[in-house]
Amino acid sequence: MNLLILGANSDVAYAVAKTFAKHKKADIYLASRDMKLLEKKVRDLKTRYEIKAACFYFDAMDFESHLKFYQSLDPKPDGVVYAAGYMPDQEAAQKDFKEAKKIFEINFSGAAAILEIVADDFQKRGHGFIIGISSVAGERGRQSNYIYGASKAAFTAYLSGLRNRLFKKNIQVLTVLPGFINTKMTESMDLPGLLTAQPDEVAEYIYKAFRKNRDVLYTKWYWKWIMAVIKGIPEKIFKRMGL
Amino acid sequence: MKLTSWGRYPHIDTTGASFETTDQLAALLKKNGDLIAYGMGRSYGDSALNSRVVFSKRFNKIIDFNPEKGLLVCESGVSLEEIINIFMPRGWFLSTTPGTRLITVGGAIASDVHGKNHHTAGCFSESVESFEIMLPDGEILQCSREENPGIFHATCGGMGLTGIILTAAIKLQKVRSSYIRETVKRCQNLEEVFACFETYKTTTYSVAWINCLVSGSDVGRSVLMAGEHAETGSLEVKLKQPISVPFDFPGFCLNRYSTKLFNWLYYHSRPSFVENRLVSLDQFFYPLDSIGHWNRIYGKGGFTQYQLVLPKAASYDGLNVILKRIAKAGLGSFLAVLKLCGPQNDNDLSFPMEGYSLALDFKIERRLFPFLDELDQIVLDYGGRLYLTKDVRMPKHVFQKGYPGWEAFAELREKTGMKKKFNSLQSRRLGV
Ligand SMILES: Cc1cc2nc3c(=O)[nH]c(=O)nc-3n(C[C@H](O)[C@H](O)[C@H](O)COP(=O)(O)OP(=O)(O)OC[C@H]3O[C@@H](n4cnc5c(N)ncnc54)[C@H](O)[C@@H]3O)c2cc1C
Ligand SMILES: NC(=O)c1ccc[n+]([C@@H]2O[C@H](COP(=O)([O-])OP(=O)(O)OC[C@H]3O[C@@H](n4cnc5c(N)ncnc54)[C@H](OP(=O)(O)O)[C@@H]3O)[C@@H](O)[C@H]2O)c1
Repeated sequence: MNLLILGANSDVAYAVAKTFAKHKKADIYLASRDMKLLEKKVRDLKTRYEIKAACFYFDAMDFESHLKFYQSLDPKPDGVVYAAGYMPDQEAAQKDFKEAKKIFEINFSGAAAILEIVADDFQKRGHGFIIGISSVAGERGRQSNYIYGASKAAFTAYLSGLRNRLFKKNIQVLTVLPGFINTKMTESMDLPGLLTAQPDEVAEYIYKAFRKNRDVLYTKWYWKWIMAVIKGIPEKIFKRMGL
Repeated sequence: MKLTSWGRYPHIDTTGASFETTDQLAALLKKNGDLIAYGMGRSYGDSALNSRVVFSKRFNKIIDFNPEKGLLVCESGVSLEEIINIFMPRGWFLSTTPGTRLITVGGAIASDVHGKNHHTAGCFSESVESFEIMLPDGEILQCSREENPGIFHATCGGMGLTGIILTAAIKLQKVRSSYIRETVKRCQNLEEVFACFETYKTTTYSVAWINCLVSGSDVGRSVLMAGEHAETGSLEVKLKQPISVPFDFPGFCLNRYSTKLFNWLYYHSRPSFVENRLVSLDQFFYPLDSIGHWNRIYGKGGFTQYQLVLPKAASYDGLNVILKRIAKAGLGSFLAVLKLCGPQNDNDLSFPMEGYSLALDFKIERRLFPFLDELDQIVLDYGGRLYLTKDVRMPKHVFQKGYPGWEAFAELREKTGMKKKFNSLQSRRLGV
């Protein structure tokens, strides 16, 4: 199996790469912007798992480049993971639309741009799977994080539609909805220890959900119930809350 | 954020940042103020604690493996568990491993850890061919026994006080099986266990669990375990996922009756003698790793480990005195570990010296520290020292007397600006 990971310098992405290499002996394409770091990870994966690995420059925000990027891959991937993500301070994004735009482009527009190309190819080949890493933050907008949340809500809706479209072709689309994960994205936040997962754990759950041909994965599992409660709060009350 | 180490004492407020590239680390060092490296926090005391720390956990990439020489080059945040999982199936194992696999390569070098084979293989640094370290100004220096030997010998065992270890080239040992042939022998008293260590002197691994609550003629009652890598068998590793202690035990669970009972059970559940039985890697090396968060059984207040080593000639008399003192105080711990160490190495602050090492866990309580002060005096009187990576309270004079290399170490730190940049609560307490 050939797995392409977009936004591969994410901590979750690296854990996913290791998990697929370990359990599936998958060969790995890492695509992201920091090439020096990617090269280090390529060497790491090759030595750890005795697999093939390679890295490519990929900028989610440079939509025009996506087609050429995908065409350059040979052989084509059997599966694609979209892990790129951007979550700056909410206030910065409120004050400066450039920040908000970047959030939308990395978390959603860029994903849609590349995944349309991938979906086309998979549809033609009648083969493949897509894993999109969205977030529980997209389940309901909160004042402290709604710009990021909106980008993730869009991504979640997009993945749902894509799944609907590709179902007939037997192409799995897995939406991953993580709660808190201990990564560089959340390093400066004080996360509740009990509710925070490690990237390696999350990657194992993602791999299991892929194996079981699942559609939507909340990780860890209790986020499904936490979000059910949060979504169940009537708007009248929700709007008064300091979330 | 709050930070602590394995002993869960003390808890401190700290700002921490991780790094994945040397550029990121250099930027962290540029900021004002001192800091210390933090690996997996398996040290028991305050060696990895400071108001600012850098976490090595994301600096965890493998760089190269040479299957002819068994030479592994990796970053300092790689854990020993990862190394076992990757290389055991290819027939390679760590040259030295401590009693837990949940530590980083950086931590193994900084504490110059030892294992059950110290008498045959020495400390972890024995397997280190070279490493790269980042100095206070962000400069990266390659160190080995030939290149910058001063910094090499100060860093191995130097408790993170010489800089941030970046990558290391370490030699693995070739093995034919992931299993161990183990011999277990119950020993009635100190005399018997000493004799037993001598009998198994040429066996690669040996260690004894000792009951430190018994007194009188039974002082030193213990169970000795010796082992060799099996010659045949599978190279598969199945490191068991730990079951976890879910919460802090209330303080009263651990008292002299429960620990007595535990020690009695431990002794009597071992065979009085078995030879060459086949046991798995984790059973032999990492029995404690099968229980996650076992440090919680000591309750909220935390615990500490007191590990001492005495010169061989003084070991019998010294341990007799120490064990009797402990039994009398009734402060004893679940299990104590006794080990015959091999000769001392050339590093400034490495712990082991030729003689017997004893490690005991104590719950933190009010009367503990005055009691340990008394033990310190006995240890010094018999020419011994305490292990820095377990320590959270050693007074400066005990450190200086136990580690004659401290002066050269302190001088190097002063001269190179390390003392301004790299500090822990421990280094301040020890004045080094
Ligand atoms: C159950 C258990 C059993 C143990 N058994 C043994 C044993 O048999 N023998 C033995 O010797 N030890 C033993 N230990 C102690 C343990 O091996 C050491 O404390 C080890 O150093 C912990 O490594 P760590 O990665 O967790 O480092 P930490 O605890 O995070 O740090 C320990 C020290 O290493 C320094 N350090 C860490 N990373 C770096 C780096 N990249 N660069 C520079 N300095 C760094 C820190 O500053 C600190 O001074 C045991 C511990 C436990 C919990
Ligand atoms: N951490 C959490 O608590 C959490 C919770 C829920 C959901 N998530 C989601 O999970 C995914 C992974 O998160 P993480 O915590 O692992 O993130 P992370 O470690 O912060 O990594 C994000 C990565 O995205 C890449 N990226 C950013 N902009 C890009 C661009 N324009 N083009 C290509 N790549 C780009 C970056 O790689 P380069 O440096 O190479 O650009 C960066 O390493 C993200 O989508 C995140 O939103 C995370």
